[in-house]
Amino acid sequence: MNFKAVTAALLLVASLFNTSWANEAAPVVDRTSTGGAQTLEDIMARQAQLNVDERFRSENIGDPSRAKPITEQLGTNGGTSDSEVYRAIRYNEIDPSLQQRGPAAAVLIQDAGMPWYKLREGPVITYGGGALLGIIGLLIIFYFVRGRIMIDGGPAGTTIERFKAIERFGHWLLAGSFIALGITGLLTLMGRKFLIPVMGPEAFATLAAGSKFIHNNIAWAFMIALAMTFVMWVAHNIPNKLDIKWLLAGGGIFTKSHPSAKKFNAGQKIIFWTVMLLGFSVSLSGLSLLFPFELPMFAKTFALINSVAGTDLPTVLLPHEEMQYANIWHSIVAFVMMLAIIAHIYIGSVGMEGAFDAMGNGQVDLEWARQHHDLWVAEVEAKQGIGQGKGGSS
Amino acid sequence: MKAMISAFVIALVIAFAAPPVLNEFGWSSAERGSSASSVRLN
Repeated sequence: MNFKAVTAALLLVASLFNTSWANEAAPVVDRTSTGGAQTLEDIMARQAQLNVDERFRSENIGDPSRAKPITEQLGTNGGTSDSEVYRAIRYNEIDPSLQQRGPAAAVLIQDAGMPWYKLREGPVITYGGGALLGIIGLLIIFYFVRGRIMIDGGPAGTTIERFKAIERFGHWLLAGSFIALGITGLLTLMGRKFLIPVMGPEAFATLAAGSKFIHNNIAWAFMIALAMTFVMWVAHNIPNKLDIKWLLAGGGIFTKSHPSAKKFNAGQKIIFWTVMLLGFSVSLSGLSLLFPFELPMFAKTFALINSVAGTDLPTVLLPHEEMQYANIWHSIVAFVMMLAIIAHIYIGSVGMEGAFDAMGNGQVDLEWARQHHDLWVAEVEAKQGIGQGKGGSS
Repeated sequence: MKAMISAFVIALVIAFAAPPVLNEFGWSSAERGSSASSVRLN
């Protein structure tokens, strides 16, 4: 994947959390009348959705080292007032003593929750859901404009083995688990907004609990299948010059030609690397969510990106913020994968005559294979000692 | 089609086998917060 694209995506996610991007700065307020404390203007500015500079509160948390000596008036205060202590709690500037252990236990208040919630319930659902509906709509239009891609001259009647049983098993393990993950993920993301009003909270609670169980546990099948298919197919998916020719010809989709291809054409290689790279990324963020606070990775990733790209992404994140980033990144990557897979499902089923057989029973029509993977057919026939144009194996 | 059906079955087997297997290693997130000693708000 293009590194700049990844950096841009991370910057986008990071900037979305920072609500100040959308808000105007509040006018400077004179706080001398309140001794530096909050004024009515500050409250009104927040109500007007203006971006208030909170440093007058967040940095006003006292300093015990500057406490008055015990010999002076009010010298036993310790240097911090109750208000200062509460502000320190509010802005997570304390180091509390705790009986309960755990990475998140020491954070008493963190205020990144609402931007995360608004982002998840707003743009992620809107743009993610819209993109899914959009790709389905585009494919329907494409089907009616282009029609089903047929085998020129009709099927040969003889077949050639396209994928072995273990390859098909790996593909369907990946596909089956991904579809289950996609459906249960969408239920989890969108259920509150779209299903509770329809089916009520009680029925949705049962559905959500079942979705959570399936999503959390079938993820292991996805990760196993991802590793399996990577090992089986990576050698056939290394990009080469042939892919450029295939892409320049648009795969022959619009010109109704048949550019040469080996076992996998450039379109299939794009799907392969999309699934592998995004699948790896979604698995990492999924593991981070599956084991809360145990696998923080965004602060380290941001630090790495900052050192390479010179960006200014936050490198100190609270445990909760790590989870919030993981959740949003998980959703975004999953949506991109779903878009690619919907297109893949289309071309592998209704979009092309004879394509499903490759993963159905592993045997494809010889003429279909020659039209879409001519160089691969030649390789197989050469291995079997069969000359070009003399028919295929079955 | 046998490969497809067996893959779907195995996916479900993995899903149902995952919690007890992970629990053996103390990794089960499903059990977090549900032990008898944990604090319950109700």
